[in-house]
Amino acid sequence: MVLVLLIVSLGVFALVALLPGDPAVAILGEGHPASTYDDLRTELGLNDPMLTRYADWLGGALTGDLGRSVVPPRSDVSDRVVSALPVSVEIAVLGLLIALLVAVPLAMWSAYHEDGVLDRMISAGTFAVLSVPGFLAGLLLIMVFVNALDWFPRSEWVRISDGDLLGNLHHAFLPALTVALVELAMFTRVLRSDLIVTLREDYILAARAKGMPPLRILFTDALRPSSFSLVTLLGLSLGRLIGSTVIVEYLFSLPGMGSLVVNAANQGDFPMVQGAVLVIAVIYVLINAGIDLSYGYLDPRTRKAHV
Amino acid sequence: MTAPLLEVDDLRTRFLTPRGPMVAVDGVSLTLAAGETLGIVGESGSGKSVLGRTIMGLITNGPTTTVTGAVRVDGADIHQLTPQGRRALWGTKIAMVFQDPMTSLNPTKRVGTHLSESLRFHRGLSRGAARTRAVELLKLVGIPEPERRAGQYPHELSGGMRQRVVIAMALACDPKLLIADEPTTALDVTVQKQILDLLQSLAERLQMATILISHDLGTVSGRTDRVAVMYAGRVVESGETRDVFAQPRHPYSGALIESIPRLDAASHSLLPAIVGQPPNMLNPPSGCRFAPRCAFAQDRCRTETPALVDDVACHFPLTQALEVHA
Repeated sequence: MVLVLLIVSLGVFALVALLPGDPAVAILGEGHPASTYDDLRTELGLNDPMLTRYADWLGGALTGDLGRSVVPPRSDVSDRVVSALPVSVEIAVLGLLIALLVAVPLAMWSAYHEDGVLDRMISAGTFAVLSVPGFLAGLLLIMVFVNALDWFPRSEWVRISDGDLLGNLHHAFLPALTVALVELAMFTRVLRSDLIVTLREDYILAARAKGMPPLRILFTDALRPSSFSLVTLLGLSLGRLIGSTVIVEYLFSLPGMGSLVVNAANQGDFPMVQGAVLVIAVIYVLINAGIDLSYGYLDPRTRKAHV
Repeated sequence: MTAPLLEVDDLRTRFLTPRGPMVAVDGVSLTLAAGETLGIVGESGSGKSVLGRTIMGLITNGPTTTVTGAVRVDGADIHQLTPQGRRALWGTKIAMVFQDPMTSLNPTKRVGTHLSESLRFHRGLSRGAARTRAVELLKLVGIPEPERRAGQYPHELSGGMRQRVVIAMALACDPKLLIADEPTTALDVTVQKQILDLLQSLAERLQMATILISHDLGTVSGRTDRVAVMYAGRVVESGETRDVFAQPRHPYSGALIESIPRLDAASHSLLPAIVGQPPNMLNPPSGCRFAPRCAFAQDRCRTETPALVDDVACHFPLTQALEVHA
């Protein structure tokens, strides 16, 4: 995993460093004397060999120092990431929680009443949701719940650290729901098809023959063996959502990681891009390592034989 | 005489398949007294497993299934009960042992949980009491180191051990009737005998009626009081196991018994086999369903369905005892 992270960091660094365009020009604008640009490049360390720059950057990153933004007010990259990350993580986690809470019962109902009326409706519904672009769903939610019903506020963000948890949740709910819609449609479809396969297993019949009620069988016998694809998907979604909910962040004016990266990239703020992308990548790798570990819980057969 | 434990009356199970209706069980009647053992024998596709599951009530009326006739357990008709009513009987009054122990245990559940969950559900035992009882059950079915085994997962046990767990699972809440559907088919020959002996001794010890479903006559002979031979969804002959084996009256039973491999047969002699294929149940032959494969069939057999008279459904029952088994 360390190796994976090292490769990721090198990739992130190289990607940004190899981008065309001169950061000095991007920062100062055109029309200055050549020496001014050169002074700035020296100050930013851009005249050093690339490996030296990478080593410096990586060394800093390991101690939590991701450098400073090159755009005024030249704020600390770590500080900006630390302030943006909780927003993205909260929206992603909350969105996935909503998606799971809705998807698991829907999938169970669908699988248990396979080809029933409601199953077909759920299938059609999830398919419809999947084919609606996320920004459209977000816009619709804003139109209905903010503009028409005025149930939720818009364009503000209350931090949990301000001590107002309810206010925070109030602001986070709509963006989380926007994120959740597509995910829950995917989760429902994946879990439904896995459940249908599991429900045909002999041990489900054996559990029925013991007189266990259907709901109990669904939760205690069928759910765990059926959740491999779901958990894999969950991990991928979480990693993806933390870094790339740009559209949702724009719609709801959230100060999250997505907007941070996009703004920085537009301004040619390469340390910011590198730092933020590195953090996102590390989180992604860690989440997926966690997912791999969870397989052992899901299916004891995949655990290593213990003597 | 008291009412029998199990009464099956003219039971028919009909499935709607994409290729048309199929009558898998076609008018079967049986009775079983408490503590009695009954063998149900027939080849693959004869409807014996469907019969077992219909008796159990696992197969019941539904969108593509029609069950007519009656299955009465202690007087209550399984197929007239609500789903909740059936569930209350499952495990406590009738229980089932399935064919393949490799697939009938949940791979994500510990062995002990398989046993304790029904004890807690049906008997309302506490977690600790259910666990103690689960270990006792494992000991009862002859599993060494039951405490350790209870904490293991099914994949850590051998096939024979797993089938013992499946049996223990069925016995957990003291059922009065156990339906064992091909309980040894998936096991090694050496383990088969152990499992059958175990079932037999448990049935005697716990005073439990047993239905042993098998395609293997050797499994049934000597272990059951009575036997019913099924062919194409119907019982073609039934009676005391000893009598049926000594003097089968239906040509099909006779042919089945003759096809048991024998140790005293001349070496390199051909195994006697029943010619032809089992009938297509979507379009069964008219008249006696065995007629196309029967060595004694006559014109009447091909047009007129023989009724089960005096425990045999044949127009021309065999009269001679089989020489080989006499």
